[in-house]
Amino acid sequence: MSEVIVITSGKGGVGKTTTSANLGTGLAMAGKKVVMIDADIGLRNLDVIMGLENRIVYDLIDVIEGNCRMKQALIRDKRYDNLFLLPAAQTKDKDAVSPEQMNKLCESLKEEYDYIIIDCPAGIEQGFKNAIAGADRAVVVTTPEVSAVRDADRIIGLLEANELKNPILILNRIRVDMVKRGDMMAMDDVTEILAIDILGIVPDDESIVISANKGEPAVTDPSSKAGEAYRNITQRVLGNNVPLMDLDVDKGLLNKIKKFFKNGN
Amino acid sequence: MDLFSFFSRKPSSKDVAKDRLKLVLIHDRVNCSTQVLEMLKTDIIRVISNYMEIDEEELDIQITQTETESSNGSVPMLYANIPIKSMRKVQM
Repeated sequence: MSEVIVITSGKGGVGKTTTSANLGTGLAMAGKKVVMIDADIGLRNLDVIMGLENRIVYDLIDVIEGNCRMKQALIRDKRYDNLFLLPAAQTKDKDAVSPEQMNKLCESLKEEYDYIIIDCPAGIEQGFKNAIAGADRAVVVTTPEVSAVRDADRIIGLLEANELKNPILILNRIRVDMVKRGDMMAMDDVTEILAIDILGIVPDDESIVISANKGEPAVTDPSSKAGEAYRNITQRVLGNNVPLMDLDVDKGLLNKIKKFFKNGN
Repeated sequence: MDLFSFFSRKPSSKDVAKDRLKLVLIHDRVNCSTQVLEMLKTDIIRVISNYMEIDEEELDIQITQTETESSNGSVPMLYANIPIKSMRKVQM
């Protein structure tokens, strides 16, 4: 059974593309046949995050306009041969596609792939409407900031109005030190405000910047904390019950004492 | 909570964020701007003032949320706290 999952947020810069790349790669690592669609026409980025920017020949618009066959536009990943990217067009604008065309595209991909991950553009205009048109399920990405949570709430309302019921939340870029100080909203605060189920929490992690620099998703890095968070998220998307990650590295008095003595030596 | 925040009365910035968000989302969800609310407030004062003298300084009108049994979850509610100073003699 195939599933089309749209990754959305409303606000820009909260981690939609990073989430799309890591979830797509994670599902491919689990042996699933996956296509990632970059629906951010005019501002494509999923290709650079995946490290596939040099292999683009055709794009989403070429497929929709019939300039090439689907097989010609799909880029096979360097690491996993069951993972593909359909890049966005960089020179067209978002009105070049209609929701009906996107829906048709998703339906045809469902015949051959297990998961279709759509990286939605920021905003609530045409690009958003196109990206969600063919989706079966929606994931909302937000950070624990007032502006991002507010936009997430708006997006949740719009998704539900468009028959995408029960979207699930990824809370990204959590800083445990700030949460502890009472200077950042914790997961419970955000889920309470948005009244939505949680798919996963991702810590604010340097490895995300490093992996973006290299074009290798963090989910493939066994030592990355954020990578671990995305591996957990992947498992939950596959229907496996994985406990939420404990982001707190040095909790408890005993650990603090241990750490103190370790540092002393 | 650490010892310092226990003794200081200042709310943490997280709580400030949460309170502001709750308020802004209530308005976003019902699509009611503060401007509309201000107009509503003026109208309410005008009507009530025909019957009683009210304390306009202490008047509090806001949109909050309330739990209902009929619909699913919470719905927006217009909350008004209007202190009365005295009744006016109304000509019947």
